[in-house]
Amino acid sequence: MVDKIECGKGIQARFQLGYGQSANKHFELDVEIDIPGQGITAIFGGSGSGKTSLLRCIAGLEKNATGCLKVNGELWQDAAVFVATHKRSLGYVFQEASLFEHLTAMGNLRYAIKRSHQTTSPELLAQVVSVMGIEGILSQFPQQLSGGERQRVAIARALLCQPKLLLMDEPLASLDTPRKLEILPYLERLRSSFKIPILYVSHAVDEIVRLADHVVIMQQGKVLAQGGITELFSRADLPLGVSNEVGAILKCKIVQRDKQWHLMRVAFDGGELWLPNVENNQNNTQRIRVLASDVSLTLTPHSDSSILNVLSGQIAEIINDDDPAMSLVRLKVGDSYLLARLTQKSLQNLALTSGKDIWIQIKSAAIVR
Amino acid sequence: MSLTDGDMATIWLTLRLATTVTILLLIFATPIAWWLARTHSWFKGPVSAIVALPLVLPPTVLGFYLLLAMGPNGPIGQFTQALGLGTLPFTFWGLVVASMVYSLPFVVQPIQNAIEAMGNRPLEVAATLGAGPIDRFFTVVLPLAKPGFMTASILGFAHTVGEFGIVLMIGGSIPGETRVVSVQIYDHVEALEYAQAHALSGVMIIFSFTVLLLLYTFQRKRKAVGMTYGR
Repeated sequence: MVDKIECGKGIQARFQLGYGQSANKHFELDVEIDIPGQGITAIFGGSGSGKTSLLRCIAGLEKNATGCLKVNGELWQDAAVFVATHKRSLGYVFQEASLFEHLTAMGNLRYAIKRSHQTTSPELLAQVVSVMGIEGILSQFPQQLSGGERQRVAIARALLCQPKLLLMDEPLASLDTPRKLEILPYLERLRSSFKIPILYVSHAVDEIVRLADHVVIMQQGKVLAQGGITELFSRADLPLGVSNEVGAILKCKIVQRDKQWHLMRVAFDGGELWLPNVENNQNNTQRIRVLASDVSLTLTPHSDSSILNVLSGQIAEIINDDDPAMSLVRLKVGDSYLLARLTQKSLQNLALTSGKDIWIQIKSAAIVR
Repeated sequence: MSLTDGDMATIWLTLRLATTVTILLLIFATPIAWWLARTHSWFKGPVSAIVALPLVLPPTVLGFYLLLAMGPNGPIGQFTQALGLGTLPFTFWGLVVASMVYSLPFVVQPIQNAIEAMGNRPLEVAATLGAGPIDRFFTVVLPLAKPGFMTASILGFAHTVGEFGIVLMIGGSIPGETRVVSVQIYDHVEALEYAQAHALSGVMIIFSFTVLLLLYTFQRKRKAVGMTYGR
């Protein structure tokens, strides 16, 4: 769960962005967000939901936006104040690689270093370059680089501004899956190596469950929900991806490794699970994702099942799926929640209703971080 | 077939005129090109049309109005007289002003195209990296739109060298002051000095061909490294 935001800390933004005539009271964007001043906050939504517009408003790139914006206590915009983009301490990674074509990769980095409000020590430059893995390509021009390399240089350049806020607009969207998988570890390192709050716009659930600590869900220019990732992903009423992507997120600790069966036992608020062992992971706290389609319910505990993970819980909520045959069931397990995707017929057969105690079978769960 | 001292003087005068006009036009046309490339204003159409007028009007029409405007009773004439500069027609600087009007579209349009092709993104990127407006112009716009500025300079220079009608109307043919190459050739032909006319005309053909060759080679080379300027 995300801590309560202390006053003056975090990022508070309220924006309205008109569209068409000003007389017509239709807003392309009408949002109010309050997010922590640390960690990665994902801004999630489909195409045209206003994610990019929100990011551009925060960067001061939308001159017509009205509203107010405070970043860790610093006022960037309100009715009377509009700090110009180049005076805001931010880094921006655009969706498509946006390196200056007339400068080498190093030239692009120097462009940021020269204009940063802080001095850049050689150690920081070396750290950024090594975290992004671009040591070998610094002397090349953008045309000579692959899409993934360009995007890594662009991220390094944004970091070298030493910003108070890093904005990333679908930095992986223009890349194919192998390139995506190439950059994701760099983004994870980013979170642990630099203490900068990051706003990460994406429509890809798999990126968000791996990276984000906090989520803002947008739809048609409005904020549908915002909160901690475990909290939002265990809600059944939010459009978090297409049906086969729906699944709850649990924060777990590894408590035992079983060498014989290559398994490990993890504990979360409400129970324990057996998962395939992940050997090279020193990190003790894990984030695991249990897809709703991998969860089934029984009224009695089965000992004759192949399913290893069986938990007892209670039905918290039942919501109809877009698919008329299916329902989404929210389950309370201790202090945690899980989601199960069941057929309407099964609900009827087992006479499942809110508040009923049941046994939960989990077929598989994946470590996402 | 050789060039006389008079011919050489006209060549130097022509080069001086074209250089002055090109430099002044780059300073003057860049803000216009910038505005035209980026505005969504209703005025964009009319302003574009006015800038392009010299492309279609006979030089005599422009010359006629400029003569009136710069004359003792015209608005420009009154202004220059108030400054104690006298009137501009039949002076070198009168020729500079007229040539700037006449060559304006050849300088504005390549720069405008280059800025349009560059788009807004590099400027936004520079702003997010902490570059202010002037910084952005010199570190992003100039290098990225350089081919456009090169084309604009070459076309502006060459077009000023090649003009005739407007020179005759505004400058006349005063040796060392307003007698440029094209006028000198005209005078030679009038006087039936064909050998002299041949020599100067030959110089003009070689000059023009070289300039255009330079322009097209330059543009092709730029395309090869992915830095084209506009369509």
